[in-house]
Amino acid sequence: MKRPRPAGGARRTLLPRSLPRGLRARLVVAFLLVAAVSALTTAALTYREARTAILQRSQDTAIQDLRGQVNSLAPDLAVPPTREDLEEFARQLDRSGRARDWDVDVRYEGVADHVRSWRRPVDVPEELRESVEKRHVTAFQRVADRNGDPWLLIGMPVLQSQDGSRTASPLSVYAQLPLRAEEANVEALVSAAQNGALPVLGLAVVPALLAARGVLRPVRGLRQAAGRIAEGKLETRLEVKGSDELADLSRTFNDMAAKLEESVADLRRMEANARRFAADVSHELRTPLAAMSAVTDVLDEDADALDPDTASAVRLISQETGKLARMVEDLMEVSRFDAGAAALHLDEVDVAETIRKTLQARAWQDRVGTELPDGVRARLDPRRLDVVVANLVGNALHHGGEPVRVLLRAPEPGDGRLVIRIADSGPGIDPEVLPHVFDRFYKADSARARSEGSGLGLAIAMENVRLHGGTIRAANCPEGGAVFTVELPLAEPGAGGAEPSGAAGTRGEPADAPVDGPRGRGPAAPAGKADQT
Amino acid sequence: MPRVLLIEDDAAVRDGVSLALRRRGHEVAAAASGEDGLDLLPAFRPDIVLLDLMLPGKDGFEVCRRIRADRQLPIIMLTARGDDLDVVLGLEAGADDYIVKPARGEVLEARIRAVLRRTALPADGATGPAEPGPAPVETYGELAVDRAGLVVSKGGSDLPLAPSEMKLLLFLSATPGQVFSRQQLLEHVWEHSYHGDARLVDACVMRLRNKIEDTPRSPRYVQTVRGFGYRFGPL
Repeated sequence: MKRPRPAGGARRTLLPRSLPRGLRARLVVAFLLVAAVSALTTAALTYREARTAILQRSQDTAIQDLRGQVNSLAPDLAVPPTREDLEEFARQLDRSGRARDWDVDVRYEGVADHVRSWRRPVDVPEELRESVEKRHVTAFQRVADRNGDPWLLIGMPVLQSQDGSRTASPLSVYAQLPLRAEEANVEALVSAAQNGALPVLGLAVVPALLAARGVLRPVRGLRQAAGRIAEGKLETRLEVKGSDELADLSRTFNDMAAKLEESVADLRRMEANARRFAADVSHELRTPLAAMSAVTDVLDEDADALDPDTASAVRLISQETGKLARMVEDLMEVSRFDAGAAALHLDEVDVAETIRKTLQARAWQDRVGTELPDGVRARLDPRRLDVVVANLVGNALHHGGEPVRVLLRAPEPGDGRLVIRIADSGPGIDPEVLPHVFDRFYKADSARARSEGSGLGLAIAMENVRLHGGTIRAANCPEGGAVFTVELPLAEPGAGGAEPSGAAGTRGEPADAPVDGPRGRGPAAPAGKADQT
Repeated sequence: MPRVLLIEDDAAVRDGVSLALRRRGHEVAAAASGEDGLDLLPAFRPDIVLLDLMLPGKDGFEVCRRIRADRQLPIIMLTARGDDLDVVLGLEAGADDYIVKPARGEVLEARIRAVLRRTALPADGATGPAEPGPAPVETYGELAVDRAGLVVSKGGSDLPLAPSEMKLLLFLSATPGQVFSRQQLLEHVWEHSYHGDARLVDACVMRLRNKIEDTPRSPRYVQTVRGFGYRFGPL
């Protein structure tokens, strides 16, 4: 649980912290709530039952004792009693109940003033007096005195036997006895519940944490495993323990990972097979093509001397051999890219010079207008740049329209990008086709199924640019014609590179001179027009 | 006209290339295996060897080393594989150039002529940037370069340099301390009018160092300028 903190930390601080978040906190809080509720309920029920039981018992015994005493003493009372008799009777009852510490008051109907006052002045409520003196039933009530101490108030009518039947006598006995001892017992119960519940709640945190950990460990394992799968480590599996829902989840996860790994392995194998097949086919095609290519010039030279039909057949063979050879080259190149075997051989080169050589090598310098500022040096793979420029210019010449312009923009200081634009003056690219121009073998026009190129040129150009870490875009100019923009990141020119590159610049000048001729002869108008694009 | 020995196991390619080269006036001898080629060598005395890399028995690398061992003969590798590894291995085995199959007759012809021009040093070797002039033998450290006689010796004993190595050394040592990029070296030494391959330069520099340096790993004569190219000296 420690590790995910940094990842979620930033987000977490943005949220209000009032609520506990995270599965663990929620589990612990829920656990504690359950523990608290059950502890409180238990305590409350126990308290109620215990309190009732304690009070009931003391009431019952007190009433029983009082009745016993009254029964044994009442027959001695004179009828009707005098105040002194009543006083004496009360005193006797008091004395007999010393152990219980009760306080007795005796009333006799007709002897209005009761003689002794209660030692502890608790008023007898009217209801109690009524139920004793009018209805002649024993009643009791718990009352509190002015100090808040609890008292049990017992009112008891004295029955007299007359002719075998018991009738109410005018005598009634009231007793009050303190309940402090019982109250103390009950209070002890409450404090015991209080003192017990808090530590129990505290202790409940421990099993709560343990339970949370038990649940969360598999969840954490699952999350980490999912993360590893996302990183591409498909061999990741979870350890399945037990047979609970989490174990089921882990098992399902493992199944999923296994299926995923299997299908990815299948895909990789198929992909590797396809790549190897392409490479093998290209290799096998090369040998016969080597023989054919070597002699096509012979055919071309001799075609003039042949009769027209044979001559055109011979020229056709020669041309198609060339196309086939180019196609095989392109396929080889593509399979190399697919296999990840294409490597960059970076070299510091004069970009304008490299582009000029590309055009020269293909005898395009008269068909292509250029705007190539001198002194733009970059670290790139000249062979791959050559392929990029050759494919884009070739594409523009075949599918676009002349004049074709090649523009090199000298990078601003700190720009970090080298921009090369190749624009043609053709009809432009159909907007529907535009997103697909770099697809392999994409035929812009299905009627023109067999085009000049192999259908791989632009795809290869894109792969080469990508290998440099650059981007390539195709778009239409507002004034017609398509424009391909290549952006290459400029590697930071090393501090040590400045001196030798300067030396090479002066050294390179004489070599540039003859090349400048054809470049200067290039059509001026397209170059000017290209400036606006 | 130059005499070409073609060592190639595939009959169709052998016939095709032979036909193309004969039509351009070369005298061509063809061998179907490396052993046959090596046997033909003393009798035919070719000016240049076109060597296929994948041969039955002795492969092209081995044949190349065997030829290099006792002859200063230009060799062009004819390889069906354009992959870096094959090209680099071929160049390191001592080839002066390589051609990836399939190649048109005119390309074969152009590359052969370029390599032969390099080998035919004496006539135009002096048209380089520096005129040897009064000192026929220049000495750099332990290295003695005889531009006219095309002999390089170190500590008194002659070094067996292959033609491209010799020309590279002569070009670099003509202006000691001057840095040349791989592209410049390709143009001047290999005379490639097309877009050349910098690996040619790297492989040749490596072979040259193995022959002239005391410790090829820390070169004294032909030094690397990181990120740019090579220079001769300064000692």
